[in-house]
Amino acid sequence: MAVTEKAMHATNGHTSPPASKPADGYTIIGSRPVRPDGVDKVTGRAIYGADVRLQGLLYGKVLRSPHAHARILSIDTSKAEALPGVKAVVTGADLPTAADKVEDLGESAINLKYLSANILAHDKALYHGHAIAAVAAVDSHTAEEAIGFIEVKYEVLPPVMTVDDAMADNAPILLDGLRTDEMGEMGSKPTNLAKHFRHQQGDLAAGFAAAEVVVERTFRTETVHQGYIEPHTGTAQYNTDGQVTIWASTQGTFAVRNQTSEILRIPVSQIKVIPTEIGGGFGGKINVYLEPVAVLLSKKAGGKPVKLVMSRTEVLQATGPTSGSNIRIKIGADANGKITAAHAELYYEAGAFPGSPVGAAANVVLAPYAIDNLQVDGYDIVVNRPRSAAYRAPGGTNAAYATESVLNEIAEKLGIDQAHIRLINGAKQGDRRPDGVQHTEPIGLLETVQAIAESDHYNTPLTGKYQGRGIACGYWNNWGGKSSATAVLNADGTVSLNEASTDIGGSRASIAMQFAEAVGIGYEQVKPRVGDTDSVAYNDVTGGSRTTFSTGMAAHNMGVEMLSQMKERLADVWEVDAVEYADGEFSGGDNHISFQEAAALIYKTGEPLMVSSTVFPRSFGPGFSTQLADVEVDPETGKVTILRYTIAQDVGRAIHPSYVEGQMQGGVVQGIGWALNEEYIYNEKGQLLNGSLLDYRMPTALDLPMIETILVEVPYPGHPYGVRGVGEVNIVPPAGAIANAVANAIGSRMFELPMSPARVLEAMKE
Amino acid sequence: MAVVWIPALIRPLTDGKSQVEVTGENVREIVEALEALYPGVAARIVEDDRIRPGLSVAVDGAVGNKGLLEPVGPESEVHFVPAMTGG
Repeated sequence: MAVTEKAMHATNGHTSPPASKPADGYTIIGSRPVRPDGVDKVTGRAIYGADVRLQGLLYGKVLRSPHAHARILSIDTSKAEALPGVKAVVTGADLPTAADKVEDLGESAINLKYLSANILAHDKALYHGHAIAAVAAVDSHTAEEAIGFIEVKYEVLPPVMTVDDAMADNAPILLDGLRTDEMGEMGSKPTNLAKHFRHQQGDLAAGFAAAEVVVERTFRTETVHQGYIEPHTGTAQYNTDGQVTIWASTQGTFAVRNQTSEILRIPVSQIKVIPTEIGGGFGGKINVYLEPVAVLLSKKAGGKPVKLVMSRTEVLQATGPTSGSNIRIKIGADANGKITAAHAELYYEAGAFPGSPVGAAANVVLAPYAIDNLQVDGYDIVVNRPRSAAYRAPGGTNAAYATESVLNEIAEKLGIDQAHIRLINGAKQGDRRPDGVQHTEPIGLLETVQAIAESDHYNTPLTGKYQGRGIACGYWNNWGGKSSATAVLNADGTVSLNEASTDIGGSRASIAMQFAEAVGIGYEQVKPRVGDTDSVAYNDVTGGSRTTFSTGMAAHNMGVEMLSQMKERLADVWEVDAVEYADGEFSGGDNHISFQEAAALIYKTGEPLMVSSTVFPRSFGPGFSTQLADVEVDPETGKVTILRYTIAQDVGRAIHPSYVEGQMQGGVVQGIGWALNEEYIYNEKGQLLNGSLLDYRMPTALDLPMIETILVEVPYPGHPYGVRGVGEVNIVPPAGAIANAVANAIGSRMFELPMSPARVLEAMKE
Repeated sequence: MAVVWIPALIRPLTDGKSQVEVTGENVREIVEALEALYPGVAARIVEDDRIRPGLSVAVDGAVGNKGLLEPVGPESEVHFVPAMTGG
């Protein structure tokens, strides 16, 4: 295990920036160069989705359902169409009939009928804010006025807002055709339960019988939103020759292309998606919402381009959120603190259509620990909320909150230190995940626990009456996925690196660094750009913590290949058998030239040099994180203040440590918001009451201390540089760590997120 | 022979066995071998000549990317697990 210098600075409380020097054995990797998109972003020149301007651009608006659950009896658009300046109006009737078929669209599988119905409602409105119709007009004010002239007649139905409502006898049914899928066996009756699956290992009854202590608890977590800064946008132009161009702020241009193709029945070859810069996604910018609507409007408006931009209220009402959940968990341990058995039941709200992240949650829930006897049941349940979307380690935060809370209760009952019980039970290479799959490669869970246990933070006592300290661990599987890139050697010795992984967290830099390391040139000699879907081969989304891993692997492969081809070309020119390259210099016979001189010589003496790489790694290294929170509770108001927070994470190999630390801190901050304040609040009619950032309380810089980071490096052997994905596991433990800290502070455990001031005060009365 | 870990909800089809040893050089052959021993299993794992959407196959600890064509060795361990997606 290696712990970086930055980590030591952080735990010692230093605040000065760490030195930008490479890791041992590398020339580039581990340094902290300036990101290539930095200047444009800090000077305001970067083009985001809403900045797209085109000749003859029309502006679109979407009419949304005021009801959470209603049958659409009729839609009359005639008055809107008659309004001067209106160029097109579309409804669900303008969408092609979608197949009732589940398709895997790269990152997730979804029924195409549901995908289409989420874009524009078909026969039912299934959540407050569900898109019903859309208008394109010469300006946004006219479009806004026009949607007010669309007349919709609804038959309002009772809303189904929670898993308890949805599973109740005689519950209203959201989707008439839905049947429960139990590992391929379909139920016979209409239901709101889309899926049930189970992981089972060992002998659960025997495991609980062997326990000295058994704790069983039920937890509730509320719907929360990813909270990206940039609202959703979509701009499209439908040419008269049938070619479609889409400008999108997205985590995946090819995901936009695939989804638009399926929804509108347009071949992928006729759709080009151009990425803009993206102001955050966190999983919420994988699903399409506006792009197919913009295409429909553009087609109806005679091929004029159409731009749609959501308001923040629309973002909260109709996009993104991740599942609320009910989780029951029972864990038994022997007198030494060793877990003997665990049983978890996870009930996740999918929103209006099947597809909650309960599958991932079922693996996260017990994954940090080696448990011989376990059972996990996962349930995917539709409710009248927006279709749930991925959110940074989807489903993991809810699940870990439950496990980590119960584990601390067990530790307290047995009188075992909260770090020590995690060391006793922590998973290591050779142990199995809850789904039975074995960790065949090294993993770094125990190293992260040890790093926290040895940290200055953990060894500094608390000092106040209402202060508390909590630890939690977390797991995330990460992902490989498909990546493609090309690299062109320029005559001046620079390299144009073309990839298609949209850059959310500095991936252009981390990918360019891996290429530069492989070639042995300077980072500044590599010019990375993110291309459109016609300029680079297929890439999966920037998601699943995969980009620095997989696209970086492609960059490494290209670097190796470019160097090899340069040697061959120089050998031909110099008429020597072999050419060597070291310290930035090619040599063969009596010839010695720099990389820059070699590029010029190759340019003059033959065909241009370009290399490409496509990868689809079949294995990838999982991520683990252990986190430590100190809180103080105000007994008068119930407000929880984070006093100090430290995260240790196994990052494999930190390519650009500043961006790794940024991912770690960002995930923690989102987790803190989830733990303490964030929640969707609905009235009895299922209407969202807090659809603005004034009322949907996300943490700000004023709410937070500096998040201290400890980068633990257990290199993943399946990557040329040992990279593991780092973007997601950091959001898994925060709610558990803070729940444990709050329980420690007030002497009472809470079983519902968020732990808002009112709930904390209630808990303090108990 | 390869060891297949049987998903809990289809163990009623395998007489309650959680692990079954079969021979096959790829996942397709493994599923066919399972079907021969325990009729009905294949339909729970395969749909339209592919692994059912929402399911993944893991061979020797790695979630493969070739679906039914994923190679399987004589000592391999095979799991059918819910697909996990990231954000």
